[in-house]
Amino acid sequence: MRSSNRKALFGLTLFLILFPVVAMNVSAIGHYLDVMIFVGIYCLINMGLSLLMGYAGQISLGHAAFFGLGAYTSGILCTKLSMSPWLAMIAGVGITALVAYIVGVPSLKLKGHYLAMATLGFGVIVHIFFNEEVSLTGGPSGFSDIPGLSILGFSLDNDLSYYILVWSLVVLTLIFSLNVIHSRIGRALRSLHDSQVAADAMGVETSRYKVMIFVLSAMYASIAGSLYTHYVGFLSPSSFDLFLSIKLVMMVVVGGMHNIWGALLGTWLLTFLGNEWLHVFHDFDILVYGAILLAVVMFLPDGLVHLVPRVSRVWKRG
Amino acid sequence: MNTESSPVFLQVENLQKSFGGVRALKGLSFKVVPGIIKAIIGPNGAGKTTLFNVITGIFPPNDGAIALNGKFIEGCQAREIARLGVSRTFQNVEVFGRMTVLENVMVGRHIQSRAGIISTGLRLLGMRQEERQIRESAMHHLAFVGLENRTTELAGNLPLGEQKLLEVARALATDPKILLLDEPAGGLNTRETEGLAALIHRILEQGITVVLVEHDMNLVMDISDEIMVMNFGEKIAEGKPKQIKNDPLVIEAYLGEEVDYSDL
Repeated sequence: MRSSNRKALFGLTLFLILFPVVAMNVSAIGHYLDVMIFVGIYCLINMGLSLLMGYAGQISLGHAAFFGLGAYTSGILCTKLSMSPWLAMIAGVGITALVAYIVGVPSLKLKGHYLAMATLGFGVIVHIFFNEEVSLTGGPSGFSDIPGLSILGFSLDNDLSYYILVWSLVVLTLIFSLNVIHSRIGRALRSLHDSQVAADAMGVETSRYKVMIFVLSAMYASIAGSLYTHYVGFLSPSSFDLFLSIKLVMMVVVGGMHNIWGALLGTWLLTFLGNEWLHVFHDFDILVYGAILLAVVMFLPDGLVHLVPRVSRVWKRG
Repeated sequence: MNTESSPVFLQVENLQKSFGGVRALKGLSFKVVPGIIKAIIGPNGAGKTTLFNVITGIFPPNDGAIALNGKFIEGCQAREIARLGVSRTFQNVEVFGRMTVLENVMVGRHIQSRAGIISTGLRLLGMRQEERQIRESAMHHLAFVGLENRTTELAGNLPLGEQKLLEVARALATDPKILLLDEPAGGLNTRETEGLAALIHRILEQGITVVLVEHDMNLVMDISDEIMVMNFGEKIAEGKPKQIKNDPLVIEAYLGEEVDYSDL
């Protein structure tokens, strides 16, 4: 692994260890642990989206559907068939990967807006499925009483234990993704961006890798969905609609889609802004949120992550 | 070299390619025997780059056959043809501009490596060994073209001459049997062109057959074993450099217009 990534990983780990210590001792931000669990769940999805958008050069407006497939598979198997949550999670990943493959093979032949439309359409179909298959999904009102997770008999029923589980998975997924990026597969994907014709001439199986990354990103989203289900204990279709898909893409773009660290940064910032910090503006929060998005896209089109080297330069000079 | 008795390596028969109403290749036929440098020359718009693009599978021909070692490859995808041992450079350089010089050549090793997503994600032992081999091989090819001191630079920041060398290194990294060079001397100065001639000879010594499209006549006459001349999508002459120099059709194709103007 490259030294810059190693440093960033070290910084992230340090932050993740210190965060609960601070949050649990300052009562005003005591509930931040809960927010961070959601940040972690969205980070899992967005690392996949970052691989797909920033590295494979494809867009998806349907990732809420993969998130939902993981969530509903876990929820249904655990409540209706009393399956072990971990097995259900694996089943969810398998089902989601299969669906992503079936959707991905034809739709990844499309480019740009058309691919966005195809994935958007897929997301809408899955959302309708969650709404209408009442006997299976509980319909618009959803269903509850989904059991929590436990590891080796140790029940993860408080926020701290769930925080540790979610963020451990985030870090492992991050390492896995960084390894893929800095390998022949990552190089093949990046080469497509710069010159498709030269990549073809070098024998890179363009379409195969696009599908592969699409499926991988769907699997990340599915794991996130299962974690969400067992944390919230309740499912309804409104948590997996088109707006979530758009919000996820927005997080990746704001953070910087050509860098997987950007996905983490964007997810963290927009989740905290939306769920916490902008509440001081009361009814105007959505306006401020929009203004921030606009400012980032206008003045930092490569995303917030590109501020990091600039800030560290100023820091070293100052 | 006696080309008559050697086995044919690349054979093109009656190749045709049209873009709308423009017939870029009008039934072209020629052979390349192994172990030679073959140049393809001709005025702008003669169809030389189109020929390369059809051979390497960037677009399929409308008609005709291309055989590589007796195997028909016309209409195959570019990536399949690359795996059969055909590599190339581009007239308008197509380096991966936002990747480093070393990474560019490492992409060239793609078809010679096979680690999948699981083994790369988990950095399994086999993948790490393979990655080390990819890196060593890429370094070797960079040293071969003389770019070993540029490894960490972004390819897009190199001057044109070095980008062209980088493309050669990247193409060589695929372990090709035949290398197609599209105007390798275009934009190079005299000294760089001399270096290029020496490099092409060294490539030939590696047992790689070289086919090049080139406008620099000094270079072509100097290094080629055989020359094919194209005009308006057709072959108008083929032979050794000496024969080509004195061919009346070739002289007409190159100088015909100017003669006409002087008559007016």
